[in-house]
Amino acid sequence: MALDPSLAGRTFPATDSYVVSTERVAEFARATGSTYDGGPAPATFPIVVAFAAMTALMEDPSVGIALHRVVHGEQRFTHARPVVAGDELSAVLTVDSLRQVSGTDIIGTRSEITDARGELVCTALATLVHRAEEEQ
Amino acid sequence: MSDPEQTPERSPEGQSLALSEGQSLPGQTYTVTRADLVRYAGASGDRNPIHWSDRVATSVGLPGVIAHGMFTMALAGRALDTWAGAPGRVLDLRCKFTKPVVVPDDEVGVEVHVSGTVTGVNEDGTVAVSLEVRSGDVAVLGRPRAVLSA
Repeated sequence: MALDPSLAGRTFPATDSYVVSTERVAEFARATGSTYDGGPAPATFPIVVAFAAMTALMEDPSVGIALHRVVHGEQRFTHARPVVAGDELSAVLTVDSLRQVSGTDIIGTRSEITDARGELVCTALATLVHRAEEEQ
Repeated sequence: MSDPEQTPERSPEGQSLALSEGQSLPGQTYTVTRADLVRYAGASGDRNPIHWSDRVATSVGLPGVIAHGMFTMALAGRALDTWAGAPGRVLDLRCKFTKPVVVPDDEVGVEVHVSGTVTGVNEDGTVAVSLEVRSGDVAVLGRPRAVLSA
C-alpha cells in the first residue's frame, strides 16, 4: 500500500544523544581503509546518527514502511563543521517530500544533526525508495 | 583494507588547496572484500543481511552480496581526503546509488576505482569536484559530487 501523503512535512522526535568516541570513529575509518589521526571524522561518519533517525522513521508503525522493500536511492552530507571525538550528536528527521510513482514511494528525508549546544554540525539528506509490493 | 594505497601528493596540513579548474585528480583503486563489509556493518550500525548473506541477497533478486551504498560513498570520501591532503575538508558530498557493487565470497574481493575532476574553484576558495566511481566498467554511483574547503 502506498504511504499516506500526510507523511510529507512530518518531523520526528530527536534521536537519543550519540557520543562520538575516538574508538568508534577509528573503527568506521578502518572499515573503509582510511586512517584516523584523532582529528576530523570521515565525511560520511554522520550516517551513523542519520541512520538511527531513518531507522526510527522506517520502524514507526504509524508510517507504514515495510523495511525489506526500502532501497537507499540518494545521499548527501552538508557539513557545517567536521565531526570530532567528544561530540554529542542528535538528529531530527523531517520528511521533506513524498512522491508516488506507479506504486513506489520516493521519500525525501532531511536529518539535521546538532551537537550538545544545539548547533548544526551536518545536514544529511537521504532519498529512500519504498518499492510497491510484489504482485501475488 | 588490504590494498596498498596509491601515494597521494600531499599538501602540508593547514595550507590552502592547490587545485585548479579542469585538473584531473589521481585515480584511487580500492579493494573491497566480504571482511570489509562485515567490519563496516559493525562500524556503521547497518546490519542489513543483503550485505553479508548470499541467501538473503539472492532472495531479493540481487546477484549476490552487495556493498552498502554508504560503504562505496565512504570510498569516495576517502579519495577526497587523499586529494585534499587531510581529512575534514569535505564540506559537501552527494551521490545517487545507481548500481550495486557485488562483492564475491573470496579473498580477492572486487576493485572500486575513484577518479575526480576539479570542476570549479569558487571565489571563497572552496573547490568543486566531480567524481566517477566505478566497479569494473560500471559507474556505481550516480553524479557523485563534492565541495572541498579552501
